[in-house]
Amino acid sequence: MPDRITKKDYDIVVIGGGPAGLAAALKAREKGLETLVVETRDRLGGIPLQCIHPGFGIHYFKEDMTGPEFVYRFIDKLLSTDIDYTVKSYVNIAKYVSPMEKKLEIITPYGTEIVRTKTIIYAAGARERTRYEIGITGPNPAGIMTAGEAQTLMDMYGVMPGKRILIVGSGDVGLIMARRFVLEGAEVVGVVEILPYPSGLIRNVQQCLKDYGIPLLLSHMVISVKKRNGRVSSAVVVKVGENFKPIQGTETEIECDTIVIAAGLKPRTKLLESLGAQIDPRTKGPVVNEYFETTIPGVFVAGNALIINDYVDYAVEQGELAALAATKYVDEKGIRIKKPVKIILGRNMRLIVPQILTLTSDALFYGRVARPEDNVWLSFKEIGFKIPQLKVLPSIMIRQKIRLDKLKSIGTNALTVEVMPRD
Amino acid sequence: MYRVVVVGAGITGLSIARWLTRYKGIEIIVIDKEPDVGWGVTKANTSIIHPCHEENPDKHPLRSKLCLEGHNLWYKWVKELEIPAKWPGEIIVATIDEELKGLHKYIDYAYRIGVPGVRLIDREEILRLEPWVNPDAIGGLYAPTAGTINPMMAAIAIAENIVDNGGKLLLGTKVEDIVIRDGKVVAIETSKGRIEADIVVNAAGLYADRISRMAGIDDYSIHPRRGQYLLFSDRVDVKPSKILHTAPTPKTKGVYAITTVDGNLLIGPTAEDLPEEAREENTTTHQGLDFTYKMASRILRELPPRSKIIKTFAGLRPEPSTGTFIIRFHEKPWGFVEAAGIRSPGLTAAPAIGKHVSKLIIERLENIEPRKDWRSKRQAIPRPAYMAPRERDKLIRENPDYGWIICVCRKVSLGEIMEAVKRMKKIGVPEITLDGIKFRTHSMYGDCQGSQCRPHIAYLLWKRLGLQPWRITIKGDGSKYAFTEVKALLRGDRDA
Ligand SMILES: Cc1cc2nc3c(=O)[nH]c(=O)nc-3n(C[C@H](O)[C@H](O)[C@H](O)COP(=O)(O)OP(=O)(O)OC[C@H]3O[C@@H](n4cnc5c(N)ncnc54)[C@H](O)[C@@H]3O)c2cc1C
Repeated sequence: MPDRITKKDYDIVVIGGGPAGLAAALKAREKGLETLVVETRDRLGGIPLQCIHPGFGIHYFKEDMTGPEFVYRFIDKLLSTDIDYTVKSYVNIAKYVSPMEKKLEIITPYGTEIVRTKTIIYAAGARERTRYEIGITGPNPAGIMTAGEAQTLMDMYGVMPGKRILIVGSGDVGLIMARRFVLEGAEVVGVVEILPYPSGLIRNVQQCLKDYGIPLLLSHMVISVKKRNGRVSSAVVVKVGENFKPIQGTETEIECDTIVIAAGLKPRTKLLESLGAQIDPRTKGPVVNEYFETTIPGVFVAGNALIINDYVDYAVEQGELAALAATKYVDEKGIRIKKPVKIILGRNMRLIVPQILTLTSDALFYGRVARPEDNVWLSFKEIGFKIPQLKVLPSIMIRQKIRLDKLKSIGTNALTVEVMPRD
Repeated sequence: MYRVVVVGAGITGLSIARWLTRYKGIEIIVIDKEPDVGWGVTKANTSIIHPCHEENPDKHPLRSKLCLEGHNLWYKWVKELEIPAKWPGEIIVATIDEELKGLHKYIDYAYRIGVPGVRLIDREEILRLEPWVNPDAIGGLYAPTAGTINPMMAAIAIAENIVDNGGKLLLGTKVEDIVIRDGKVVAIETSKGRIEADIVVNAAGLYADRISRMAGIDDYSIHPRRGQYLLFSDRVDVKPSKILHTAPTPKTKGVYAITTVDGNLLIGPTAEDLPEEAREENTTTHQGLDFTYKMASRILRELPPRSKIIKTFAGLRPEPSTGTFIIRFHEKPWGFVEAAGIRSPGLTAAPAIGKHVSKLIIERLENIEPRKDWRSKRQAIPRPAYMAPRERDKLIRENPDYGWIICVCRKVSLGEIMEAVKRMKKIGVPEITLDGIKFRTHSMYGDCQGSQCRPHIAYLLWKRLGLQPWRITIKGDGSKYAFTEVKALLRGDRDA
């Protein structure tokens, strides 16, 4: 477990030491690949380190754990192998030299390391949307931060970011943070959600809000803020109509000293973009095939850098699959694409990965619908494959595996994924 | 020894002070109410070093002269002080005949002021010079000398250079009154006590009229004219290489689209006249931002989607009731000097205003001689991510903090952050602020606006300097980053 870069050549370099990256590295090493993990923070673990609530590992370990407990299972295992890893290290430049050679310039506290690798798994996670990205205007005082920033302060560093808190966004992150604040003695004055329904799990709405009497304002949005002495003093909240446009005359002010933005995540793609990988405007992550390989041969993606996942278990699953794909890539000197099939988003589908199929392997799809619907088919049109669904929700990721023999029956070069009413 | 007190550590006051440090026999003190330099008008503007062909030499003779002179001085200053700058030239893009006609007068102005290379260009040449221009353009005006700098980096660099040359900064100190005896200024009263002075220079930006009133001068007033901006990610495709703007109006130079020295597309500003008392209303509005976005679409072929906006902000122009720069040395009270109403193109003109004002002062003092040991140079904080590996590794060997990138959006190392702290202390900031670190290093300045690195930076400052996150502020005053330690609320601590 050398905690630095010991070689000049690797089969695989995993960028990002969170759950997806750790799982990928372990799987790759298990398959015999020379593996390096690069992490910018001062320790391995990624986002789960700051998530001290339960809900981790239910699918993967069949156990309910906190974030740190979950991720330390992987870290401990990694430390017992000979996988190289390096923390406080940043991949500054990545260059595609040839199908079997990528060159990385890595900045570390022990100097610049130039490393050659056959494959890359990019598992750098996601970042949160900020107040500017959700159009909150007004002054720019202290006291406005993302949920992750608040969580890092509170649960990694023991610092209370505020006392009277308003949360923007009712996804699971927003709901769980609301409860965390209350448990630490703060007052949560409300959770504001632009949609007419909460976007997190019903279970979390009950256990995080209702049980603590925290108000949930549906069909509302924060449009601007006010300040007093350099700090937020209130949020200007307005009711929205259809099309999510503010309704004139419904502005109210909610007093608070802190506004926590839990308005979703965006995959980190900076390095992939510098390599020239195609980005999907829907997922905001890269376009990939069923190996989670980007449009740059030998560069794979997993976890929230690929698609924003509901569960850490999916990120781990993607990491392992990407590692298996990288193994295949190393063994077979590339992944041959026969006749690529494009995935088309059909009725009520908002996004999906993979976006391309090579028709050489089973495919695991992850997607999201555009709006809630009951009693529908999830249909893969051109291969005549459909699965009944009692309920689909934008907040619940669809995960569907389709076997190669089924996929191969396609006669066209496009496969439409759609949500269709049942009868 | 004379003591000169400059009120206002914006680009104007700092430029004046820098010129004065070249002389023996003068003690310089720059005072600002904010806990750092440049936090007034200097912080939020379009950042352009204008060619100056848009100044009317009949109406504003001094302003047009200082504009051009300042422009020319900046070439030297950005080198001496290692200020990020570039000189891409600018195009006024006309989309209707009327606008096109209005452009002729600038050629005349350019000729009379002495701005080189200004000429009308046709549609074809516009599109050749700048492929990002809206193809609906019918013609335009090209001014090849236009540049852009990072104004905050400029203010910081000048402040460091002043201190290097023995000048003093008194930050977080508010000027409350000016003491006059026998028709002469003798001292100022500040929130931190009285300071004797032989000369008081008023470079107080938006508050200049209030400072003048303290010296008994009330022949002008200042009102804020707001400008709102949209800043896009450095990863959008739309990156005009030239500075583009719509045809000027009597109120403003039009809406600009510019790729900043930091690589971001910046569009703006609006021009909204606010009441005199609204001098802290540097706030954005939906209306203003929508307008800016719409205007920018007139000059650009394509605009990035609004989801690529990483920050919106507003600045306030200090508009003088006289309509032009107010620069004078008063005989009554003697020793009171003004550099007031420094609205646009104040950033461009600053080095020349500094020279001009320092001359007004020097010629009235006795036994003042240039210094031989004056230091013209200041070094920027090294940026390892942008260095060649060999150079970088030398830096990292000396200090491994330069090898740990903390802010991934802007590739800023811990070494840079700690160096910024050191330099803030050196110029005498009353407290280390997160914004101070941001402006010096550009950490917390990228796509995520600090949401990823800020808590870690705060934690590292805590560990290294003992600065608890609930004491550190974002921008001084009451802007505490956090409230207390976890559990203090549960314990019911009184100061929590
Ligand atoms: C929207 C906008 C766009 C612009 N675009 C450009 C451009 O592209 N190019 C260009 O050349 N110019 C531009 N300008 C103009 C330029 O920004 C200003 O002319 C310049 O920054 C003014 O600097 P200053 O030092 O005079 O004022 P400031 O930067 O405001 O400095 C004054 C300082 O005085 C301090 N102060 C005030 N009262 C007191 C007190 N009582 N005690 C102690 N300290 C006090 C303040 O805190 C402040 O720091 C623009 C301005 C705006 C607002």
